[in-house]
Amino acid sequence: MRHVIGWLLLTPAAILLIAFTYWPIGATVADSLFSRGNPIRPSRFIGLENYALMADDPIFWQVLWNNALFALGTIPASITLALLMALMVNRALPGRALARMAFFTPTILPMIAVANIWLFFYTPDIGLIDQIAGLVGLPGHNWLGDPDTVLGAIIVMTVWKEAGFFMIFYLAALQTIPPELWEAARLEGAARWTYFRRILFPLLMPTTLFVLINAILNSFKLVDHLFILTKGGPDNASNLLLYYIFETAFSFFDTTYAATLTVVLLALLAVLSLVQYGVLDKRIHYR
Amino acid sequence: MSAIAVEGLVKRWDGHAAVDGVSFAVPEASLTVLLGPSGCGKSTILRLIAGLETATDGTVTIGGRDVTRLDPAKRGVSMVFQSYALFPHLSVAENILFGLKVRRVTKAERVRRLETAARMVGLDSVLERKPASLSGGQRQRVALARTIVAEQPVCLMDEPLSNLDAKLRAEMRDEIRRLQRALGLTMVYVTHDQTEAMTMADAVVLLNAGRIEQQGPPPLLYERPATAFAARFIGQPPMNLLRGPTPGTLLGVRPEDVALNGSGRPARVEALDYLGAETLLRLSLDGEEIIARAPGRAAPQPGDAVRIAWPAEAEHHFEDTGIRRDGGQT
Repeated sequence: MRHVIGWLLLTPAAILLIAFTYWPIGATVADSLFSRGNPIRPSRFIGLENYALMADDPIFWQVLWNNALFALGTIPASITLALLMALMVNRALPGRALARMAFFTPTILPMIAVANIWLFFYTPDIGLIDQIAGLVGLPGHNWLGDPDTVLGAIIVMTVWKEAGFFMIFYLAALQTIPPELWEAARLEGAARWTYFRRILFPLLMPTTLFVLINAILNSFKLVDHLFILTKGGPDNASNLLLYYIFETAFSFFDTTYAATLTVVLLALLAVLSLVQYGVLDKRIHYR
Repeated sequence: MSAIAVEGLVKRWDGHAAVDGVSFAVPEASLTVLLGPSGCGKSTILRLIAGLETATDGTVTIGGRDVTRLDPAKRGVSMVFQSYALFPHLSVAENILFGLKVRRVTKAERVRRLETAARMVGLDSVLERKPASLSGGQRQRVALARTIVAEQPVCLMDEPLSNLDAKLRAEMRDEIRRLQRALGLTMVYVTHDQTEAMTMADAVVLLNAGRIEQQGPPPLLYERPATAFAARFIGQPPMNLLRGPTPGTLLGVRPEDVALNGSGRPARVEALDYLGAETLLRLSLDGEEIIARAPGRAAPQPGDAVRIAWPAEAEHHFEDTGIRRDGGQT
C-alpha cells in the first residue's frame, strides 16, 4: 500500500518528465534513424545513414568547432569576470549597491534586447565601437561582417551578458564565508592571494561547479542573439550547433537530419554532465 | 620580551567611541582577562592589539616595540576566535599547520610541532578528520593547537569558551590556564563570564562602555570594588546596593556578609532560592530588596519577619556617581 502511494505521489512529476523530456529524446533518436520523407518517397528506416551523412558534412564540423571556440571563449572568461566582480562588490565600497546593480543589469535584459544593443555597438562606421575608434584615428571595421572577427564579437557580448548573472551566485557564496577566516589567515601571515588560493577559492568550489554547469549549458543553449546579429553568417563563421539544428529543421525542413544533429547535442551534454558530477563533485568540499 | 602595554587607546566609529582612552599593562607570561558586559569594547581592544582594527588614538606596545601601526602578522601574536575560525575544507592537521606553511617553516619542523601540539591538547587520533566531524570541544582544541604551533609569545583569546557547554567549559578553563603556564605565554583573554575571569586571571581589567572601571588581581576586585558597577558586576549574586546613611551615597554589602540574627534591623523574607549547599534569601528591608546568603537549607519561610545585621568592615560606600568613597584603586 505504501509504495502505491509513493508511486502516485511521483506521478505528476513523472508525467511531465516523460511527456516533455524522455519521450521527445526517444522520438528524436528514433527519427534520426529514418530517411527524410517526401510525397513521392515516404520515410523509411535507414539505420545510421544520417550519421554517416553528418560525418561527411563540412558545415557540421565547422559548427561543432565554432561551438567549441564559443565555449572556450565564454566559459572561463565569464566565470573569472563574475568572481572578480563579486569579490569587488563584496567589500565595503562607496556606491556598492549601484555597482552591484550595474553588474547585474545585463542579466535582466532579454537576449534579443542585448543583441540589438550590441548590434548598435558593432555596426560599421556609425556604431559605438567604430565611432570611438574613429576619435583616435583608427579605421572602421565590419565586426560582424568579417569571418575572422564575428565569433569573437559574439563571445564578448555573451561574456558581458552572463558574467553578471554568475556574479550573483558568487556574491551569495561569499556572504556565507565568515570574515574571521580571513582574519585568522592574516594573523598567520597569509597574503591576500594565498588566502584566495588556499581558502577562499576551495570554499567557493560548489558555486564554481554550479556556475560551470550553467555556463556550459548556455554555451550550447544560447542562440537567440544569432537571429538578430548574424544568422550564423558570414559563411557559417558564427554558426553554432543549436542554430544549425534550427536552420536544418525549419529552414531546410530536413527533420531527420535535424534529429541526428540533436542526438549529437544531447550526447555531448550528457558526457559533460557525467564528467562534472562524476569527477569534479568528488573533489569538492560541501558544507 | 613579550609584555604588552596599552596606552590611551581610543577606537571611534562614526563619532561613537567603542574604546575610550584605555590603558593597562600585561606583564610577560601572565594572563590578563578583559571582562565586561556585551558592547563594553573588550573584543575591540583585543582586535586592536592583534592589529585587526586600526586605533583612532593611543599606542600598543609588545615587548617594548610600538606595534600600533604594524601589520598583524608581524606583531608576534596568535589568536583564538570565538567561532574558532577553522578552515572547513582542510583536515585538522592542515588547519593546524596552515600558518607554518604560509611562513615557510621546514617540513621536519612542521611535523615536530604538529606532534607536540597534538599531544598537548589530545588531538592525535583525529588529525585527518575535517572540522565538521569534530565535537565543539575538539574544535576548540584545534584552535588551541594552532596557537601552540605558531610559537608566538603573545596569545589573544576572544571568548574562546562561549560556544561550549558548562562541563566542558570548566575543563577547557583548566587546560588553557595549564597551557599558558607551560608555554610561558603572555595572554589576553576576553570574556563576559566572571567565573572565567576570577578563576583564570592573574589580573582582571573590568570594562564598561569603552572605559576601565577597575583593574587588578581578582581578589582586589571582589574585596574592594572601586565603583558601584564593579560591585554589581562581580560576585554571584551581586553585591546589595542600598541607600547610604547620608543622602547621595550608596551602601554596598555582599550577600554572604548579611547575617540573620536576633538583634539586627527588622526585615521580611520575600522569597527563597534553595541551591543545595546554600540558600539565597530575598528580603525586603525598609522597602529595598537585599539578598542574604545562608549555608544549607535556611529555616525562615517566605513571609517570616527576621532581623539582619552585618559587620561594619563589610560595608562598601559609594558616591551616587558610583565612585568608591574611601578611595578605591582604579
